[in-house]
Amino acid sequence: METGKHKHDCKEVFALLSEYLDAELDAERCDEIRKHLDDCPPCIEFLESLKRTVSLCHGCQTAEQPPPLNPEVREKLMAAYRKSMQNRARQGL
Amino acid sequence: MVATDKRQEIQLARDLIEGKPEAFDRFVEVFRSKVFQYALMMCGHREDAEEVAQDTLFKVFENFDQLRDPERVRPWVFRIARNACYMKRRKSVFAPTQELSLEDFLPHSEGDGSRKLEIADWSALPDDQVLRAELRDVIHQAIQELPEMYRAAIMLRDVEELTTEETAQVLDVSQEVVKTRLHRARLAVRAKLDEYLRRRQSGVAKG
Repeated sequence: METGKHKHDCKEVFALLSEYLDAELDAERCDEIRKHLDDCPPCIEFLESLKRTVSLCHGCQTAEQPPPLNPEVREKLMAAYRKSMQNRARQGL
Repeated sequence: MVATDKRQEIQLARDLIEGKPEAFDRFVEVFRSKVFQYALMMCGHREDAEEVAQDTLFKVFENFDQLRDPERVRPWVFRIARNACYMKRRKSVFAPTQELSLEDFLPHSEGDGSRKLEIADWSALPDDQVLRAELRDVIHQAIQELPEMYRAAIMLRDVEELTTEETAQVLDVSQEVVKTRLHRARLAVRAKLDEYLRRRQSGVAKG
């Protein structure tokens, strides 16, 4: 991230990097960012680290698991499901 | 893999809508674990997470007749889970929201006049199991330290891989708000990872 006008562009790009990574920007904005990146190795370096962060977060659930399901709770859940299926049948769905 | 998980969830929901109870146990297993893990990150307490998982499943089955489109099952369940988490609010993890500012995450250039940033060398990350496990711990810790509204955005968008539109529906906010919160959350997690990697890399360099 740089000084003067370029620094200003870096800040603008910095604010939009997630939307750029998620392909959620319009084509014009996307082009502007691509052009800036072509000429700004520090922004590319930062973008790569953000991209890596996002990919590390994907599916990064905790490994903890709930205790086994109590059979009584299972029965209650099944009863709730059956009842709601009867409602669905009554509604003719 | 997440895409396969999603397809499996949709198929289970479709089977249950069509009245095939053999899908019931698998559906419970999949979503109980998923909601428990989400709630643990959101609430921070195992006991609360177990209750959230159970309360969510009750609501899911009580209202199963309202699920019209099996494709929407994941955001639908998470919306119920999100409300169940709110019921478990505890001060420590749902403290008054402190806004994260973009400025705080702007990286600095090294003071030697070069364009080099003061950040870790992300291109040199070895792809080994130990590091991956350590990075997961850093990510979990970083996410848990985020103010609740940012934590919810990154959990739903990046960890659970809902779309922006689905996340907006779950959280009852606009898509623009999701994008803003998500970006700040990612920057905060990136900063923690960077801090960790720099420590690790300087340790390795020192030998």
